[in-house]
Amino acid sequence: MKILVAVKRVIDYNVQIRVKEDGTGVVTDNVKMSTNPPDDNAIEEAVKIKESGKANEIVAITVGEEKAQETVRKALAVGADRGIHVKVDGIIEPLAVSKILQKVVDKEKPDLVFMGKQAIDDDCNQTGQMLAALLNWPQATFASKIEVKDQYLEVTREVDEGLETIEVKTPAIVTCDLRLNEPRYASLPNIMKAKKKPIEEINVSDLGVDVKPRIEQLKVEEPPKRKAGIKVSSVEELVQKLKNEAKVI
Amino acid sequence: MSVLLIAEHNNKEIKSFTLNAITAASQIDEDLHVLLIGHNADDVAKSLSLVPNVKKVIQVDNEIYENYIAESFTPVVLKHAENYSHIVCSANTFGKNLMPRIAALLDTSQVSDIIKVISTDTFLRPIYAGNAFATVKSSDLKKCITIRPTSFEAAQTSGGTAEIVKADKHEVTTNTKFIKKEEVKSDRPELGTARIVISGGRGMQNGENFKLITDIADKLNAAIGASRAAVDAGYITNDHQVGQTGKVVVPDLYIAVGISGAIQHLAGMKESKIIVAINKDGEAPIFSVADYGLEADLFEALPKFLEELNKLNTIQK
Repeated sequence: MKILVAVKRVIDYNVQIRVKEDGTGVVTDNVKMSTNPPDDNAIEEAVKIKESGKANEIVAITVGEEKAQETVRKALAVGADRGIHVKVDGIIEPLAVSKILQKVVDKEKPDLVFMGKQAIDDDCNQTGQMLAALLNWPQATFASKIEVKDQYLEVTREVDEGLETIEVKTPAIVTCDLRLNEPRYASLPNIMKAKKKPIEEINVSDLGVDVKPRIEQLKVEEPPKRKAGIKVSSVEELVQKLKNEAKVI
Repeated sequence: MSVLLIAEHNNKEIKSFTLNAITAASQIDEDLHVLLIGHNADDVAKSLSLVPNVKKVIQVDNEIYENYIAESFTPVVLKHAENYSHIVCSANTFGKNLMPRIAALLDTSQVSDIIKVISTDTFLRPIYAGNAFATVKSSDLKKCITIRPTSFEAAQTSGGTAEIVKADKHEVTTNTKFIKKEEVKSDRPELGTARIVISGGRGMQNGENFKLITDIADKLNAAIGASRAAVDAGYITNDHQVGQTGKVVVPDLYIAVGISGAIQHLAGMKESKIIVAINKDGEAPIFSVADYGLEADLFEALPKFLEELNKLNTIQK
């Protein structure tokens, strides 16, 4: 079985986001970048499945600018076998990413495609479902548990009401929740080894996919600030404030 | 131009977030139709027809729609999509799972999680866990939009007289099978719509200690929330998680207990009207968004808090 895992390079989850003064976006210069956190869970799950003997190849793919390749290299360091980097500059929407991934899936013919359930930069939560639609494959989104069976997966999904279990026949798309597993760290020897693993570079223009944005970002601004609060010195004072000042209890 | 909203329900009742989505949808265009896909859901159809903002209810009934599977709902939506300029639904796990599948097949770039309707093609949406707001304009002919329910009031549920039209099912073979749903039943208000939410974090130390929180929740008729750390540690189930990848809540009062206030948690609660933080670390980032901060050991503060609440003559419910 072959697993394709899609990873995205985003601003690190610990970075305090700053909005550019001219309203064109957020500051990315000299800001720490990392793999989108749930994409790490996607890689980890693929590696665990391979370690259990149920998969024999993991291919990590990213779509993005030159430096996005770092995320593929990191995936290789934790257990992916080879990488693909589809090079494209500028804003690229989930619809375009899913069309690119569709082209790659047509060529690579994986049995499973894993990725994070949402990217923490644009918070769109679309790509996996869109890819599943374009391929007419089943989708198991927001997965917190995956069991690989013969020709199908049993997936536990995190939904508003609690947990839902579904079965999806392979080939299938799974989008991963942060609770799926605990991503491992790459060891130094594995980081060194990863440098020798192959990464295929593809120019997006060679795929024949229309990646022109359909959504124009007119303005990016800071959200309204909360007015500064106060510290109370005791529980009594807190309850009195809630009762008599805020009038919420 | 008219809007098609996909209703979320459990075949008996409308899910409350659909009512919030109806409000947003009718701001896009008043000619709002609701698509109800389900099985034996006549009561839901009736309820939807009573919502004044709804002009028409299209009901598709078949046993294959008893459980909600995006793969079988999508062809039904696509069949009806032709007549509409906008396809919308709520941005909770229901809509997040379903809408992109529809959008991709309509070749539309979806606008996710909008918090404001600026015009028929322009919307406000949070990005980077709500640390920035983007005003975005869609150029697609047919627009697919998910709506952050907590950013819109719930629609009125009586006084309407929308007609209910039955439509045919759309048989598809899907490779997805529903097995089970483990719903956590509770008599407490729903987390997403509760007037008061009290949440616990890693500082609770274990699941048993959440009793301190549930006692107060009972007293205040509050919903119970949690940080991701508390859910990951197994103190409480995932349906309680508040944050960027969990639920977004906007209660009148949010009480954060033993929660440090990571960016990802703040994303789910910082629009609350009044925020209280109880934490023994005075430097915890949660205090930066709190209206009232109490620097204290929660194991002393919570019992005391309950005691003080018990002294009050009246408590708003």
